[in-house]
Amino acid sequence: MIPEIGHFALVLALCVSFVSAVVPLWGSLSGRAAWVSLAQPSAQIQALLVAISYGCLTYSFLVHDFSVLYVANTSNTELPLIYRISGVWGAHEGSLLLWALTLSTWTFAVSVFSRGVPTVMLARVLSVMAFISVGFLLFVLLTSNPFERIFPVPLEGRDLNPLLQDFGLAIHPPMLYMGYVGFAVAFSFAIAALIGGRLDMAWARWMRPWTALAWAFLTIGIGLGSWWAYYELGWGGWWFWDPVENASLMPWIIGTALMHSLAASEKRGVFKAWTVLLAVFAFSLSLLGTFLVRSGVLTSVHAFASDPERGVFILGFLVATIGCSLLLYAWRAPRLTRSGSFSLVSRESGILLNNVLLVVLCATVLLGTLYPLVLDSLNLGKLSVGPPYFNTVLIPLGVPMAIAMGIGSVLRWKRDQLGRLVKTLAVIAICSLLAGAIVPWMMGGYYWGAVLGSALGAWVLLTTAHAVQLRFKNKGFSLAAARQVPASFWGMCLAHAGIGVFIIGVTLTSHYNVEKDLRMVPGEVFEVSGYRFEFRGVTEVAGPNYDASRGVVNVTYGDRQVAELHSEKRRYRVQTMPMTEAAIDPGLFRDLYVALGEPLGDSGAWAVRIYYKPFVRWIWLGCLMMGIGGFLTVMDRRYKLASQRVLRAEAARPNEEVTA
Amino acid sequence: MHPKRKKRLLLVTLMVAAIGAAVTLLLNAFQENMLFFFAPAQVVAGEAPEGHPFRIGGMVVNGSVKRGDSLKVQFVLSDGGGSVPIEYEGILPDLFREGQGIVARGVLGADGTFVADEVLAKHDEEYMPPEVADALKKAGKGPYGADTVVGQ
Repeated sequence: MIPEIGHFALVLALCVSFVSAVVPLWGSLSGRAAWVSLAQPSAQIQALLVAISYGCLTYSFLVHDFSVLYVANTSNTELPLIYRISGVWGAHEGSLLLWALTLSTWTFAVSVFSRGVPTVMLARVLSVMAFISVGFLLFVLLTSNPFERIFPVPLEGRDLNPLLQDFGLAIHPPMLYMGYVGFAVAFSFAIAALIGGRLDMAWARWMRPWTALAWAFLTIGIGLGSWWAYYELGWGGWWFWDPVENASLMPWIIGTALMHSLAASEKRGVFKAWTVLLAVFAFSLSLLGTFLVRSGVLTSVHAFASDPERGVFILGFLVATIGCSLLLYAWRAPRLTRSGSFSLVSRESGILLNNVLLVVLCATVLLGTLYPLVLDSLNLGKLSVGPPYFNTVLIPLGVPMAIAMGIGSVLRWKRDQLGRLVKTLAVIAICSLLAGAIVPWMMGGYYWGAVLGSALGAWVLLTTAHAVQLRFKNKGFSLAAARQVPASFWGMCLAHAGIGVFIIGVTLTSHYNVEKDLRMVPGEVFEVSGYRFEFRGVTEVAGPNYDASRGVVNVTYGDRQVAELHSEKRRYRVQTMPMTEAAIDPGLFRDLYVALGEPLGDSGAWAVRIYYKPFVRWIWLGCLMMGIGGFLTVMDRRYKLASQRVLRAEAARPNEEVTA
Repeated sequence: MHPKRKKRLLLVTLMVAAIGAAVTLLLNAFQENMLFFFAPAQVVAGEAPEGHPFRIGGMVVNGSVKRGDSLKVQFVLSDGGGSVPIEYEGILPDLFREGQGIVARGVLGADGTFVADEVLAKHDEEYMPPEVADALKKAGKGPYGADTVVGQ
């Protein structure tokens, strides 16, 4: 019964979102206020229905209703509670339902928290979001219904993929989806502005907090995914340039460009048409990501079984979305832009440079991701583009980006004098070069990449600190003065500092890590960077839904006991799938990583991976700082004040023109 | 020239130069890092380059995995149309086992042995790398056709 209610709620949600897509938009174009006023309630009802549907699926998981095919395929009576909840998005059907739920959550949030936005504009935004919702709900219902029943009912479920039975991965997809789907809000604002023919600074101000929020979620989501891959996949990598990872990175890159160009649009009224275009691209790339992951065209560590028919549907949806938006853009945008002027040395120029570099970066990732697919589909041979490609391209693009970032954040809007800055920047540059010389020396080895990376990391951190210092130059630093500074400024500084931390983490990890695959007999010792790893043998243990061989490695540093690491080789009983559970001793400056391989010969020897990873935590620390920076930006008082001001203006002018 | 236009021209020139440089670098890196995929049958037929890295994919032949007391392991990869001996030193992925479809990256030696520096097995035990499924299909191995393996 419950699954049928879920299914029915989903069908109803589709109907409501169809109404919500068409009626308010039509009303806004033909001047019918009653139709326009339908936008908010219908969006909220639709969100409620999707939530009910999602709740029903979760309930089926909680009560082990194996008559539902999806539950039978992804759950099991032995599965712990938390993974029964996260198992809802553990495979294709449920994860699409989560996509739809995320979209309606965003729609709901927009309908509630946008009181400052004029009614007509808001109605159009909600209509565009409802259009997307129609597409996705159709997709779920036609190709991937999670409520499908099976008969006869199996006694036991087939269990969740063991790789997904992990806390990091339990929260990674919702975070990622909040980011991915969040760009739908920016997209809808852009399209609504194109429809309405109104592209002004107020528009940029409405759109900016939503974009920042989506971007922050995406940043955290990607960071979590990387962290998960590091400890769960058992070979200690944190980024593989895997197509699915690239699929989430591309919207992030364009989203980053969008954040910057939006800032310029909001503060100075420039780049508005470009901002619209970026919003369209960010969301299109999110859709492309969904297509790549869900269609089965990818060979990837993430590509779970999938079905070509679904791919065709998303591809069609993708083409329609991009096609329509670009047509609308081509038709409307030329009439809307009015470029403000700015001098060559100004923050606007910095942002322009940042945007150009980011777009080029995104294009290179896109090329590396799609080229093999295109070639394959044309039957011209199968090939893949390895990580060295991305790494080679990233350096010449990333270096100017990091340098420009440092200068850009201390530049003034509109017009600035380089002379004002040269002195301090020169001092900072010298300090950074010193850091580039000292850090590799402390790490014990000179590589040109390590020198460059440390210098750049220091440069970004120091210039960010300088930006803070400039802010307080006249007032003197005090808590009261710090409160006066807008939250978005702190957000920017934290995010930029995050980039600096990230650069240092990546540089030092990739140059100074030690990775060894070893054959070890109990009692054998391996030493790396002063750490003594002693292999103490393997014991058998039993977990809730798996059995495991547990390898014990004791680590000492000089006379000091550091950690006893327990790495497991698990065999999940239902899926009969082996899984390595790495053991990690984390630290701010280094991680010790041990993973158990397989038994070798009859002497009790085992294959053991031992990794020493300096500064690897800084990678995720940097992501976290960027994410928090994004959230801080949203909390800026300016956005609240702005909405109140617009409310007052609207109250004074009740007969807002309704037609375009 | 009008100073504003001059400025714009400068900006545009800079951008074109930057993009040009980026594209050159990119294509260069691209060419150097392309890895072709070959099925064992193609390797046996001599289509794969010797001494240049590529990827190979197929099923691990039952009973072919030989592992001594060291980290060296040998096995045979087959797609029904041909089989290639593979050598690898290190720890194999969790899902590596006999009868499983895998993809290996490495170099083909003069003696016809493929020396792998990376072996990938997929995370879903029902999942078959599309290349492997295709290769098996082409070689006419019915039970491992793409449809039967990839579907849920």
